[in-house]
Amino acid sequence: MPDIIRFHRISHRYEDGDDILTDLNFSLDRGEMAFITGPSGAGKSTLLKLIGLIVRPSRGDVVVNGRNLVELKRRQIALYRRQIGMIFQNSNLLVSRNVFDNVALPLLIRGHSGGDIGRRVHAALDAVGLLGRERAFPPTLSGGEQQRVGIARAVVARPALLLADEPTGNLDPQIAAEVMQLFMRFNQVGTSVLVATHALGLIQHLPYRVLRLEHGHLSEGLPLSAGATGTDGDTPLESPAE
Amino acid sequence: MRARQNKPQAARAASDSPPSWLPRLLQDHVRALSGTLARMRAKPLGTLLTVIVLGITLALPAGLQALFANLSDTGYRLGQQSLQTTLFLKDSVDPAQGRTLAAQIGKRAGIVSSRYLSKAGALKEFEAHSSPGETQALKLLDRNPLPASIVVAPDPHQPQAKAQALLKSLAELPQVDQAQLDREWLQKLYALLNLIGRVMLIVMAVLAASVVIVVANTIRLDIENRRDEIEVMKLVGASDAYVRRPLLYTGLCYGLAGALLALILVKLAVLSLQGTVQHLAGLYDAQAHLQSLSLGPSLILLGCGLGLGWIGAFWTVSRHLHLIEPH
Repeated sequence: MPDIIRFHRISHRYEDGDDILTDLNFSLDRGEMAFITGPSGAGKSTLLKLIGLIVRPSRGDVVVNGRNLVELKRRQIALYRRQIGMIFQNSNLLVSRNVFDNVALPLLIRGHSGGDIGRRVHAALDAVGLLGRERAFPPTLSGGEQQRVGIARAVVARPALLLADEPTGNLDPQIAAEVMQLFMRFNQVGTSVLVATHALGLIQHLPYRVLRLEHGHLSEGLPLSAGATGTDGDTPLESPAE
Repeated sequence: MRARQNKPQAARAASDSPPSWLPRLLQDHVRALSGTLARMRAKPLGTLLTVIVLGITLALPAGLQALFANLSDTGYRLGQQSLQTTLFLKDSVDPAQGRTLAAQIGKRAGIVSSRYLSKAGALKEFEAHSSPGETQALKLLDRNPLPASIVVAPDPHQPQAKAQALLKSLAELPQVDQAQLDREWLQKLYALLNLIGRVMLIVMAVLAASVVIVVANTIRLDIENRRDEIEVMKLVGASDAYVRRPLLYTGLCYGLAGALLALILVKLAVLSLQGTVQHLAGLYDAQAHLQSLSLGPSLILLGCGLGLGWIGAFWTVSRHLHLIEPH
């Protein structure tokens, strides 16, 4: 299966001179779902930002969907970002716009017609269990609802790749488990998903690849202690096969 | 959670794709304009204050333009009337020849009147308008030194250059010794009007710059207030052009609204001054009617408002928008 993301000898250095990623090689197959774990400050968010072209690598190549992001010009970034969906810990919703308008934003930017936007937004909200909350404004929603609105916005344009940076970081274990189930469902319909998370307890029993990022290097598998302790006290999820 | 297993699949099912580029471009512009108007409506006080500042700033040059147009009109009308010229005849021209020549001149195209003034008549007019000392001095001479003349008044409605050419040709007639075209005061008036026009241009340029700065600053604050929104928009794939478009429309709307307000202010000012000016003119046995901005200058004012608003918006957007990126 061809890969949708490929890192080739990626290194990244912060402006203050600290190396965060060192000579990293990594790939995600098309239709695959994987988790990236690691301690705070290990570079998980930076790795996702490299894929979202929020930062550019100091060295190496990032190839997404066959395009080397290092070669993309500034004016091409917007078009590229339309191919991916991004979800963040704080959900990044626009507080002055209601749920419908927040979710519709990627479709408006892509120039979809009003009728098409309505259909797709309702489908996305239905998928995340928020149908009927279209007119609510983000400050009136719970943390879990806000995160689900963020997920609906990320998937409404049906991106080939979904990136999530600590999507369950602010959520209680029950809601976190529901959010993680959503990612699994989107993956089941063919979306490639890459999730950076601390919540080892949530993912330890799932049949997905787990990559550990530490000291600038990636390695396969959970840390040895995770399975024994149920790290972070998260509710373990059932495997989709179960 | 109400989400069902098959829903994401349904969401991914085929649906309409974005329209082709032209309908999409038009749709984007309509959305940007309607979004801009909605945002301006959402902040009525701020919008109103900005429009008032722009309206007053644009009303000043527009009012000056109206004033200048009225002054010029009056000046040129007076100028045309003062084109009256005196042709001093040679001593060899007798009164009969002088009257015949005056009649011939009076029949020429572009001449309203032509009046012969004999040497005796000239002496009488001199005595009527001179002091007793001057009259006595003249009587000491053994003969009347004043020449016979023909006073010619050209049609004031013809172009000034044409009237001057006509009078020049009369001055070159063989019977004419000298022609007196007393337009010194008129030249002063035209010089004054020219000066006022140039000062007005400078004032207009300064006020136009003020409009650009006011719009630019308003848009800059708008960008700062919407920094998070712009970051999120760029994060989900908005191009610079997409983000820029509503901000440019904001500048255009402010400029147009300011120009409309300026137009109204100038019309009101002209209406309120009309009575006073007519009263003043009546005291000088004259008639005066203040003209407001006509259609042409009004359209120019609206165009300037739009243009300056756009320039202000484009200037600030170009400087600030590229600095806002997701982080």
